[in-house]
Amino acid sequence: VDLTNEDVADILALLDSLPYDSLDVETPRFRLTLRRAPGGGWTEESQVLSEPALVTPAPDATPASSRVTPGISEMPGRAGQAGTARARGTAQSRTGSEASGNSAAPKAGGTAGTAGTAGTGAAEAVSADADGLAAVAAPLPGTFYRAPRPGADPFVQVGDEVTPDTVVAIVETMKLMNSVHAGTTGRVARICVDSGEFAPLGALLMLIEPAT
Amino acid sequence: VSGSRVLRRVLVANRGEIAVRVIRTCRRLGIETVLTVSDADARSLPARLADQVIRIGPAPASASYLNVDAVVDAAVAAGADAVHPGYGFLSENAVLARACAAAGIVFIGPAPETLEAAGDKLAAREHAITVGLPVLPGGHVLPAGDNMLKFPNDPARADEPAPGPDGPAAGVDARATEADAGRAADGPGGAVPAAEVAGRIGYPVLVKAAGGGGGRGLRVVRDPAGLEEAVTLASAEAHAAFGDPRVYLERYVERGRHVEVQLLGDGEHVIHLGDRDCSVQRRYQKLIEEAPAPGLNDDLRERLRATAVSLGEHLKYKGAGTVEFLVDADRGEFYFLEVNARVQVEHPVTEAVTGIDIVAEQLAIAEGRPLRLKQADITLAGHAIEVRLNAEDPASDFRPSPGTITRAVFPATTFSVGPPSPAVAGKGTEDADGGAPDADAADDGTGAGDVASGVRVDTHVQAGAAVPPYYDSLLAKVIGRGTDRAHALATLRGALDRCVVDGVMTNLDLHRALLADAEFAAGGVDTGYLARWLAAEPEGQVAGAEQAASVRNHHGLDPGASDLGDGGGGDG
Repeated sequence: VDLTNEDVADILALLDSLPYDSLDVETPRFRLTLRRAPGGGWTEESQVLSEPALVTPAPDATPASSRVTPGISEMPGRAGQAGTARARGTAQSRTGSEASGNSAAPKAGGTAGTAGTAGTGAAEAVSADADGLAAVAAPLPGTFYRAPRPGADPFVQVGDEVTPDTVVAIVETMKLMNSVHAGTTGRVARICVDSGEFAPLGALLMLIEPAT
Repeated sequence: VSGSRVLRRVLVANRGEIAVRVIRTCRRLGIETVLTVSDADARSLPARLADQVIRIGPAPASASYLNVDAVVDAAVAAGADAVHPGYGFLSENAVLARACAAAGIVFIGPAPETLEAAGDKLAAREHAITVGLPVLPGGHVLPAGDNMLKFPNDPARADEPAPGPDGPAAGVDARATEADAGRAADGPGGAVPAAEVAGRIGYPVLVKAAGGGGGRGLRVVRDPAGLEEAVTLASAEAHAAFGDPRVYLERYVERGRHVEVQLLGDGEHVIHLGDRDCSVQRRYQKLIEEAPAPGLNDDLRERLRATAVSLGEHLKYKGAGTVEFLVDADRGEFYFLEVNARVQVEHPVTEAVTGIDIVAEQLAIAEGRPLRLKQADITLAGHAIEVRLNAEDPASDFRPSPGTITRAVFPATTFSVGPPSPAVAGKGTEDADGGAPDADAADDGTGAGDVASGVRVDTHVQAGAAVPPYYDSLLAKVIGRGTDRAHALATLRGALDRCVVDGVMTNLDLHRALLADAEFAAGGVDTGYLARWLAAEPEGQVAGAEQAASVRNHHGLDPGASDLGDGGGGDG
């Protein structure tokens, strides 16, 4: 069982009446740091460390139509943890020295599956290329779409004439559709990303041959 | 439909903070949780909290959280009794509700017929007109030069609601019915070319998504030149967010307040849990919400609540839902905006002043029981204000900021739901700390010993957590409660001073500045407030100026929408 908000509130109520300024607790399942803030009140820095109890359906997963329940109800991944829980706690006296740093710098170890975040800053900013073509770069990391909707005609095709304000694509980031404008007067020379693909920030989306 | 059924295992078909929120109440009630995740969320905080986790697809929502078959298959495979859809995604999707029913699983939400009537914003307009509510002039539109028949899954084909009443209901703007009357006669699904509808109702107009709220698909158009692009983008956004590309137009109102009423219904009886004000919005995204709505006179407040309940009764509403209004507080007038047929992002402010765990009530209603609360049981105490911390950068036009959280420090949560509610606590329908856990257990430090003071943080981020670019930017909600509005505001200010979120850009400093603003502190701002405030604010005051300069040179953010809206928004 993980720490609940109610647990934290209970701990806080207890702590608030004691002469302590901070509490660090770490178990295999969670890490909790409570600190008395200079302006009053408490701060909470917590991390749930339990691994997700991922259920992998059998390769021949039963379709929804047949009401068969695979034997997955025993919650793998949790049972093994309970026995090994070792709580480690420290409470710092109000008169003591500055708060211990062990949780002030949380380990960046939680290597969450950051599937889509790799792009930030990764792609080199693109400008004009050697042939004098102007680049259209992704204004945000997101999913590149050449058409407003599935089945609709693309905004532009190679060879189409564009002006700086022509919408040539959209990039979907955090549920928002953002127009991508040509930025240059000329013709679409190349489309560098497939529709539906993820484009990192600044990724080269299209090349425009400027009008002379 | 089929008697009562105790829920022992619930599939949480969502992500982010609302997944955490639902899991926490389920856990408190002893209900097992199974969470559906996309590949991007496999190691998220809710995934770590859920009893089981089932992968339902790759990162893009269209391939995972919006996949009805994948959700139902997961529910069946997990042996879940019920599916909680959260907000956004499939939460107002009648297809999911029907598929659940067909698989013998309870959909935690209204009946499919109600979802079609209310979750569908166009149909909801018709019902509001039927009940005699004033609506803004508008109507369903086709994107210019486009043919909706290209989209085989377009709900407009199969699920077009019955035509509305022929004549205008009392108090309805004649132009509303004129525009609406066009629906039945013109293009497929009642849609007519956008330019025609816009011409009829007059610019500026607001483009809105029929398939869901959350501000997705909302765009203001001030002149005919911008209409086509706005409709196209809004439709694309709506399609991506709800799997439903239909959009409609409404007259855009420059000033007005967004006030909404929280309902609970069991399919027969409907009660309200008071009102909320969500007028602090940017591009139809609510940023700050509070309960109760400040500065309404008793008569107007009572009319809003009674009207919302009457619409809920007309819809035979079952579950938690919200009726949203655009309110002109000075004139004492209001217009129906939409029904949100689900739990909303801002539900905690209502919980904070009523002491009622709205998710717990959703679960109880889903078990087929009659409402365990009567209107007389609902008492409101104090005031609560919530801010939404988003991964976005106000200094560079609010561009989204996906990434990885390196550090997350929040004010310690001192209450989960709200002050003790004698009604719920006295009924013994929940466990000992059920509806009112420890409201008085810990003081926030700003109101020495005051029971009503408190802070609550609902979040899905922690150090190491991913903020994927595929989903919305909400990181956390910070709620401050006090005996009155000034006290709640002071509590929340103190709470925000204790927040540190590193790794992505956030709107934390914006919130600090807004809470310090005299106009907001006075209460009762309209939906144009934030746009005016941002326009008046010197560059760089909200966040690092040099950061802003370096990223301003990109094209094309927000082509159609550069204005604040009438609050058609709502949460995701």
